[in-house]
Amino acid sequence: MKNEINESSEELREEISESEGNKRWIVVPGETIVTGEDFLPGEGARREGEAVIADRFGLAEVAGRMIKVIPLSGAYIPRRGNVILGRVVDVLYNGWLVDIDSASSAFVLIDESPRFINRNEMDQFMAIGDMVAAKIWSIKGRGIDLTLKGRGLGKLEEGFVFRINPSRVPRVIGREGSMITLIKEKTGCNITVGQNGWIWIKGQDIESEIKARKAVEFVADKVHVDGLTEKMEAWFQEN
Amino acid sequence: MSSMQTSNLTRETLRRMFDKNKRFDGRGLMDVRDFQIELGVSNKAEGSARVRMGKTDVVVGVKMQTGTPYPDSPDKGNLMVSGDLLPLASPRFESGPPKFDAIELPRLMDRMIRESGMIDLKKLVITEGENVWTVIVDIYPINDDGSLIDAASIGCIAAVHNARLPGLTDKGQVDYDKKTDNPIPLSKEIMPLSFTFFKLGDKLVLNPTREEEEACEGKITFGISKWNGKHMINSCQKGWETTFKQAELEEIAKILPDKYEDAMKKLKSYLN
Repeated sequence: MKNEINESSEELREEISESEGNKRWIVVPGETIVTGEDFLPGEGARREGEAVIADRFGLAEVAGRMIKVIPLSGAYIPRRGNVILGRVVDVLYNGWLVDIDSASSAFVLIDESPRFINRNEMDQFMAIGDMVAAKIWSIKGRGIDLTLKGRGLGKLEEGFVFRINPSRVPRVIGREGSMITLIKEKTGCNITVGQNGWIWIKGQDIESEIKARKAVEFVADKVHVDGLTEKMEAWFQEN
Repeated sequence: MSSMQTSNLTRETLRRMFDKNKRFDGRGLMDVRDFQIELGVSNKAEGSARVRMGKTDVVVGVKMQTGTPYPDSPDKGNLMVSGDLLPLASPRFESGPPKFDAIELPRLMDRMIRESGMIDLKKLVITEGENVWTVIVDIYPINDDGSLIDAASIGCIAAVHNARLPGLTDKGQVDYDKKTDNPIPLSKEIMPLSFTFFKLGDKLVLNPTREEEEACEGKITFGISKWNGKHMINSCQKGWETTFKQAELEEIAKILPDKYEDAMKKLKSYLN
């Protein structure tokens, strides 16, 4: 059998080096990115003696002295300030336990909900199985705290959720939100993209919702980095 | 994929979509996914097949062994089907002692093959009462994107047809280095296949993706084959909580032969 990953990465390497002035290439964990004391390991890279070594599978980028790896796969690593979508897995006496599709689960304190909620009627606001859009408030040793105070946050009503690879989220959003704005405009749907890869879509009818989902999956599937917004516009003309 | 369970939102949306005979991938409720088969993927096994159905990916291997027959069937060879839900296939699968699904899958395949009479077990005897062949079928899912049972059934049939008996030593022991061109004694006409129907609300859906499968509330598996020009159901198993109505089972019975013929046409094109 042919090594498919190698083949596609060769293509990718050419395409990226041609299209971008910045140097970017595919690395696998353990691969030496550069050698020399002049470089500093950034995100997704570490130093071992002389060499700077990749920690993750992704695109290595050299920006001045800084070496970082933009991951192409892997699980979601929570960061403070991220907006994520989660599923309520339990209702406790002072808040909700939320599965955010990460290594540890998260917690929404009752005081962090957007309005006052009676402690005896907590499951009328959010019950087990409900989806919620939340922002990561703090990450401590014991767990992750979320908040629902903010624009666009709170329990998700109607529509549906699905998942893409979390490393593809920046691409779906696009530069300054250009891609997601385009999809929203063309389909007329409300879309919330969580940094953990879960996406919520709600539109006027099922047809436009399905179209929006296909558009998002089209973007997430593409290996190309350059001119994706133009490709997306062309895709909307075809479909 | 992830290990998050189905949310109420997605389940409600699927319910709404199923009412309009719609699915996320554009299929109708009873449309199956196309599949591809790769034969002889393992060089250690006597026969093997890899089935890809959408993103679902299953490898099935067949190994032949000799041994003493069971006391109650001295004139028959043995059939053993086993399966392993590898953690690499899905975040739902954990290593450790087999759970319900890991026991159900090979048992369904075993019943389907055995009861259809596809393998002529009586011809697997080397010395009656002393030495017989054992057909060992191993199912390994590589990726689970729903309809694992249906994909595995295609894989089992393809792998069994792909298998060639190894040679024997003078004492009747198996010699894996000696290869022969003899296939497993199979009945020429009979080829079973499994179809699993899932139920959400009052809608039936065939060949779901994992997303759809997880939202569903009931399932029923049929092993079907054709003999003397007539379709017959060889095995049947219902799973999960919801009940099926008589009208629904009659609806399934109407659809089954068409789905069987379509899949069989494709499968036979790979085997010849």
